[in-house]
Amino acid sequence: MPITASSAAHALTDVTASDSSLRRFLHGLPGVDTVGLEARAASLGTRSIKTTAKAYAIDLAISMVDLTTLEGADTPGKVRALGAKAVHPDPTDRATPATAAVCVYPDMVATAKEAVAGSGVKVASVATAFPAGRAALDVKLADVRDAVAAGADEIDMVIDRGAFLAGRYLKVYDEITAVKEVSGAARLKVIFETGELSTYDNIRRASWLGMLAGADFVKTSTGKVAVNATPANTLLMLEAVRDFRAQTGVQVGVKPAGGIRTTKDAVKFLVLVNETAGEDWLDNHWFRFGASSLLNDLLMQRQKLTTGRYSGPDYVTVD
Amino acid sequence: MASAFEYAPAPESRSVVDIAPSYGLFIDGEFTGAADGKVFKTVSPSTEEVLSEVARAGTEDVDRAVGAARRAFVKWSALPGSERAKYLFRIARIIQERSRELAVLETLDNGKPIKETRDADLPLVAAHFFYYAGWADKLDHAGLGGDPRPLGVAGQVIPWNFPLLMLAWKIAPALATGNTVVLKPAETTPLSALFFADICRQAGLPRGVVNILPGYGDAGAALVAHPDVDKVAFTGSTAVGKAIARQVAGTRKKVTLELGGKGANIVFDDAPIDQAVEGIVTGIFFNQGQVCCAGSRLLVQESIHDELLDSLKRRLSTLRLGDPLDKNTDIGAINSAEQLSRITTLVEQGEAEGAQRWSPSCELPSAGYWFAPTLFTNVTQAHTVARDEIFGPVLSVLTFRTPDEAVAKANNTQYGLSAGIWTEKGSRILAVANKLRAGVVWSNTFNKFDPTSPFGGYKESGYGREGGRHGLEAYLDV
Amino acid sequence: MSDKPKKTHKGGKDDRAESAGSRRLGVLKTYKLYVGGKFPRSESGRVYEVTDSKGTWLANAPRASRKDARDAVVAARKAFGGWSGATAYNRGQVLYRVAEMLEGRTHQFAREVADAEGLSKAKAAEQVEAAIDRWVWYAGWTDKIAQVVGGGNPVAGPFFNLSTPEPTGVVAVLAPQESSFLGLVSVIAPVIATGNTAVVIASERSPLPALSLAEVLATSDLPGGVVNILTGGTAEIAAPLAAHQDVNAIDLAGAGEALAKELEIAAADNLKRVVRPQPVDHLATPGIERLTAFLETKTVWHPTGALGASGSSY
Repeated sequence: MPITASSAAHALTDVTASDSSLRRFLHGLPGVDTVGLEARAASLGTRSIKTTAKAYAIDLAISMVDLTTLEGADTPGKVRALGAKAVHPDPTDRATPATAAVCVYPDMVATAKEAVAGSGVKVASVATAFPAGRAALDVKLADVRDAVAAGADEIDMVIDRGAFLAGRYLKVYDEITAVKEVSGAARLKVIFETGELSTYDNIRRASWLGMLAGADFVKTSTGKVAVNATPANTLLMLEAVRDFRAQTGVQVGVKPAGGIRTTKDAVKFLVLVNETAGEDWLDNHWFRFGASSLLNDLLMQRQKLTTGRYSGPDYVTVD
Repeated sequence: MASAFEYAPAPESRSVVDIAPSYGLFIDGEFTGAADGKVFKTVSPSTEEVLSEVARAGTEDVDRAVGAARRAFVKWSALPGSERAKYLFRIARIIQERSRELAVLETLDNGKPIKETRDADLPLVAAHFFYYAGWADKLDHAGLGGDPRPLGVAGQVIPWNFPLLMLAWKIAPALATGNTVVLKPAETTPLSALFFADICRQAGLPRGVVNILPGYGDAGAALVAHPDVDKVAFTGSTAVGKAIARQVAGTRKKVTLELGGKGANIVFDDAPIDQAVEGIVTGIFFNQGQVCCAGSRLLVQESIHDELLDSLKRRLSTLRLGDPLDKNTDIGAINSAEQLSRITTLVEQGEAEGAQRWSPSCELPSAGYWFAPTLFTNVTQAHTVARDEIFGPVLSVLTFRTPDEAVAKANNTQYGLSAGIWTEKGSRILAVANKLRAGVVWSNTFNKFDPTSPFGGYKESGYGREGGRHGLEAYLDV
Repeated sequence: MSDKPKKTHKGGKDDRAESAGSRRLGVLKTYKLYVGGKFPRSESGRVYEVTDSKGTWLANAPRASRKDARDAVVAARKAFGGWSGATAYNRGQVLYRVAEMLEGRTHQFAREVADAEGLSKAKAAEQVEAAIDRWVWYAGWTDKIAQVVGGGNPVAGPFFNLSTPEPTGVVAVLAPQESSFLGLVSVIAPVIATGNTAVVIASERSPLPALSLAEVLATSDLPGGVVNILTGGTAEIAAPLAAHQDVNAIDLAGAGEALAKELEIAAADNLKRVVRPQPVDHLATPGIERLTAFLETKTVWHPTGALGASGSSY
């Protein structure tokens, strides 16, 4: 069993001693060639996953979904419905695995906890002034404390992209460590908003920064901007967690979020996991999908494999 | 490698291609037997199954085919370029339409993965015809003088590693410029050229403009030697290339030779490492390394040698070797028993000379011709595996300390076909590229091909360029 | 309704309108503009009567307004990024597809051209066939023009220096007035072959072949907005286009002398690239002037330098 992120002392602790040492380290990471990275992601996307492999992948993907609702219009009713769906995604087939978690705003955590009580499904909460993250640190920490106090098992925080893009890496680092501290036992997912970081070099640096600061998961995006999870940025983050474990012994999870809507997409991401980070990550403790509509497509494809005929939206539940 | 996520077999359907039990030569628009009635069998290298029996061209057949091409030349060369263009566009479109069938056929006859024939060979074949089609009525604009004239009959001999793509590289520019063609495919991979003959008929190409002569080296030699051949185009080994150069001495034949290579893939310490690893893999394991421009020598800066080798070995462990028709296969079969034996001999020699051999654990199928992806470390310039072209999935790893040394080692070979440079520093790419004695230099990528881009070697890798505007010159009297 | 019943209708001659020996009444086509890949009516609601060379009514064509022109520029600008960013190979495939789609409609276009230009069937067919071949000619140019007009420059210094052509942007095209189809194709194809997008004003008197061409373009994998076709008064539509600050170039092929001068003056305001009207034999093989007229040349410098600090080589 690999060491988890909570054992923070490792070979790279010196790196975060100062802003300049952190900068030197992050800028010393190998560059990323855009064309090569995207070509590799596309090439893995051509893997043909059939029959038994597909059945395995679909169930695995269902078990990795962080079933998400992050709307201004969220109500207790909506969250309860989501919780019920997470626990029993397909009411017609109880063999269908539960999802990994439901993901809600902090004020809905208590409702969500009730809805999934006793099922093993986790409750994740976005926090730190999600999605923009534009608030003072104490406000962000209060947001996290609220969620944790309401019973959140996992915290999905956003980094300060403004600080990151301005090169103030230590500020970003300190914020993550502060959030990590108040998260307590809750596992911390660190959202970079890769669409705003814009370059692959930045995404690699952010991934290492997040891992150095104690992230349990690195997560692509909020789902609230134009470009969210892509095969290429997820591949890059998988390379980062792979390399981080090789250097430090600490295993960190990966969560692509936003834009993954079909089974075909999800299977492609699992191929990326399998052939980049490896099978140690093929488990919902280490890989998640931040998604909502994906689940129904997975369920329809699952029904297709079971029955041999194509399913339709009338045969899965609306959220 | 066993994983929780085992990919179930995903075979491409073999039934999309209908291979006849026997094929003739294609001369003057007709399929015909060899004059002496000889035939040979072509097998699937991944299973050793006999795919078909093919007529074997001899001297008399060469004479007939050249005669047909000569007769066809009169009208073909007199056609307006815009009409020749439309024939080639038709051929390009039919290839696109039949690309799935041709991809399966090529995989069966050659042994390479369907992933490659589907995603690389066939799209490039169609693109090549499409590109040269457009030149047929624009030769005045090619920078080769006004109204350049075709040479006449082109005798073309192609290898087995990219059967249909090498055919396209030869035939498309020849026809676009108004020449007629006699082409001999390799004896281990005659089928796609014969299917191409059928495509020529579907496109309504006039009889005799394209003639296909399956056969062995003797037929190739007879074609090259034929007095009525005006142009010789050969892709294959350096030894045969030299023999051809001697043979045409004193004649008026125009010659292009695309021969062997021992490409250096140079990785600097500031390279984008993950992409470099992919490029190294593509460079030497694409088409089982049976590629003249393969990056068969990895020159890695000593300071990152261990780190890079760890990454490379980890990556090689994910390569999937097996049934070439399986869509998830990365490494297919070696093309022939003969080639397998050559690879095996050279690898044994490498071990005997003290280089350290490594392969990922990988199970080889019991039938067919297979060779596991192989790395040699502790290799020096003096080792045979660093000097001789192996033409197989075997990578020799050498180190260097400075850019100067990298260039010196990269150029220290009789070949000069390809090279790769991996660094994030633009000026280093250009400075190194400037010093490399190689016809194609890829930076931060490898094994990229495009019909618009000229390809060919320095030194003993041959002469002349194929592809692009430059590729026209080889077929014009300029 | 501008369709005035007093006009003679061509239906009897027209094989669309009445099938041989039957009394079936033909279904007439409503001709519409082509903007952003869609077929809108003119926002002005205006149409004008189009007649054949003998004055017989053929159809009503939309009379585009300055607002239609404005919308067409917006559509052309929106399409520019994708079209200019497509590979040259891809653009070649699309242009060739246009030729393929036209080939099957040779008869329709020959009839429309014969009506429009008063040509015999054979002469009209010749025009259409030449127009199809013109698409093929330009399809072949997409991935060659850079090789003919671009290239490396041997500058005296340690620099890599490469010049490549790039499309200039949105091009307003006044199609020739006389050659309603071959002339039209001869001015559209070179503009888009290199990655520009076009706002085209069809021949004022003979706009129908242009509007039918739009139907072919719409089914040839050409992204919406790459070619936009307007019909109506050439001078009326051209004026706002020539003055438009988001139009990069203008081809004045279809303008008379006075109009051409006026438009050229307006075009100077944002230094549009201007192609002046000139006599052209559209049946002859064109050169590359219409391609290069709408290309910019970009030259990129990059240091090469020496291999190491010592400046040594191997």
